[in-house]
Amino acid sequence: MKAVHKRTPVLKDCPTHYCPGCGHGIAHRILAEVIDELGIQGRTIGIAPVGCAVLAYNYLDVDMIEVAHGRAPAVATGMKRTNPDSIVFSYQGDGDLAAIGTAEILHAAHRAEPLTVIFINNAVFGMTGGQMAPTTTLGQVTATTPAGRQARGEGYPLQVSEILALLPGTVYVERCALSGTVSIKRAKAAIKHAFELQMDGAPGLSLVEVLSPCPTYWRMSPGDAMKWIKEEMSQVFPIARLKG
Amino acid sequence: MSARILMCGNEALAEAAILAGCDAYFGYPITPQNEITAYMSRRMAEEGRVFVQSESELAAINMVFGAAATGKRTMTSSSSPGISLMQEGMSFLAGAELPAVVVNVMRGGPGLGNIAPSQGDYFQATRGGGHGDYRTIVLGPSRVQELADCMVLAFDLADQYRITVMVLADGILGQMMEPVVLEAKQRRELPPKDWALTGADGREQNIVRSLWLGEGALEELNNKLQAKYQQIQENEVLCEEYQMDDAEIVIVAYGTVARIARTAVDKAREEGINAGLIRPITLWPFPTKQISAAAETFRMFLTVEMSCGQMVEDVQLAVAGKCPVLLHGRPGGGVPGVEEILEKIRQLTIRTGAA
Amino acid sequence: MAGKISIDTERCKGCGLCVMICPKKCILTAPDSNQNGYFPAQATNAGCTGCAQCAIVCPEGIIEVCWDDAERIRIVEIAGKPDAPRLIEEKA
Repeated sequence: MKAVHKRTPVLKDCPTHYCPGCGHGIAHRILAEVIDELGIQGRTIGIAPVGCAVLAYNYLDVDMIEVAHGRAPAVATGMKRTNPDSIVFSYQGDGDLAAIGTAEILHAAHRAEPLTVIFINNAVFGMTGGQMAPTTTLGQVTATTPAGRQARGEGYPLQVSEILALLPGTVYVERCALSGTVSIKRAKAAIKHAFELQMDGAPGLSLVEVLSPCPTYWRMSPGDAMKWIKEEMSQVFPIARLKG
Repeated sequence: MSARILMCGNEALAEAAILAGCDAYFGYPITPQNEITAYMSRRMAEEGRVFVQSESELAAINMVFGAAATGKRTMTSSSSPGISLMQEGMSFLAGAELPAVVVNVMRGGPGLGNIAPSQGDYFQATRGGGHGDYRTIVLGPSRVQELADCMVLAFDLADQYRITVMVLADGILGQMMEPVVLEAKQRRELPPKDWALTGADGREQNIVRSLWLGEGALEELNNKLQAKYQQIQENEVLCEEYQMDDAEIVIVAYGTVARIARTAVDKAREEGINAGLIRPITLWPFPTKQISAAAETFRMFLTVEMSCGQMVEDVQLAVAGKCPVLLHGRPGGGVPGVEEILEKIRQLTIRTGAA
Repeated sequence: MAGKISIDTERCKGCGLCVMICPKKCILTAPDSNQNGYFPAQATNAGCTGCAQCAIVCPEGIIEVCWDDAERIRIVEIAGKPDAPRLIEEKA
């Protein structure tokens, strides 16, 4: 018998705190597989956000740091500038990156920091109970948009990838999804490419936005959540390789 | 660079940081500390080290957080409003026990305030402006040479105790030029940074964190931090006493104000008034013992500050009611002159019938 | 049966993604709950081709997939060229 799919040792062998069907679990796994396959476990430093993935250091077996909400790109800058040979990635949710941390991600890209950013967009604040995030879609009901998000009052879903792709400081921007086997494989390929760019010393920031299911706060089954990404969410956040 | 040269405080502290082996400087423009950022942008490049002008002070302290987490010597500098933006980061640095140096060239507050010198951030520095129980070592130099020496000391203290060390200057000390001798000094005996994030190559992963959700876990961390702070309080207090032998009135002042108070003490002595000066150099750990001892034998304490009175509370705590503790405070960028301090000394000593 | 999967049912959270995604519908939801009270996925391996889609969608990373090679491929000699590289054919 030949094993074709085994759990990578970079993903620590323990249960996670994530909800059933949560996209973070999938994202962690493909990220760990990429670090394993690229053989960089010994020189990678990961930055965990504040949000559901704040406990990522319990699951990813690389040197990890947990930082203030939204500040990961600034912390990453401090790390990469002083340790150019380390592979530094930040793993952030939409509240962390697109709400409180907007300035940090924009300026890390603006300064062309050679970092790898994994941006998990699940359209809500998960850890705190499903509040509206900047990427909540119009009409989407959340803990803080009980009548569904309205443009008047709550503005429009923030398209981070498109914004950052405009900046000369980004070398690679792709939006993927965790909505089925093919899309997960493409997300893994994108993450791998983002890491390879940093390994090759590409002069700028790589960002992989990953549309990720949040069954609990979308009030859907995991299967329906993936379907919702395919049918609804990706209309608002088009799956595309925007740059590099 | 061991010659004696004329340098402004801001640039002297920057060069001293470089001599102390500072690997990375992160900063943001704000008066009256801009010379530090400008100087570092030139000199750090010359030394092949890291300089980043960040998008905000909030980002700067988090860049410090990142560099410190990998075991590098790192610092930032700012002035009062910028330091306020850094307070979340200061709490995170304390929680994660990361060594860092933060310079605050204080200016008039509150709010946007002005760019005149001030000591109005004393509480924020010594009590901690961020959340949670934590302490930061706070140094209060009063001369350019001492400011430079404090930078070297700050990096050693930070590495020795895995703590953030804040160096308080003000608009005068930062901008004024004085002769200074700058030379690399022998470092203290420092523990290895085996906790640093360098890539888990052939070792277990290191995790730098300040989140402790488990039952009792954070309490345990706090107890560990408090034990460290107790050790610092016992071992690292620095304080200068001047003309204290027969002093009947003791001025307590630090930084720029201590220089002015020293002249006032001299003039008072010329008028036959036995005045003395206690000058705290470490504002935390505060020289409580020294002041308490002084309070055993003396009748009057006058605290002089460029604020509405903040250090005065620490003096009151130290004196613990043994004798009166009075304040002469000038807030909002006001700088007390020698004459006004002298006048206050005269009033206080006349009332008590001193000769 | 060319493929075989194993699921750590005690760590499964019963999200059902593998059950949904399996093209051969040979993963079912167990009738009894595990230690955490979830109804885990259960591999019947009946008709499993080893495509590993279940493992790819699993958020817990607890599905391992193996191929039963003997079952799956035949080594074929090219007629008359015994020393030529052999042809590997997938079983029908």
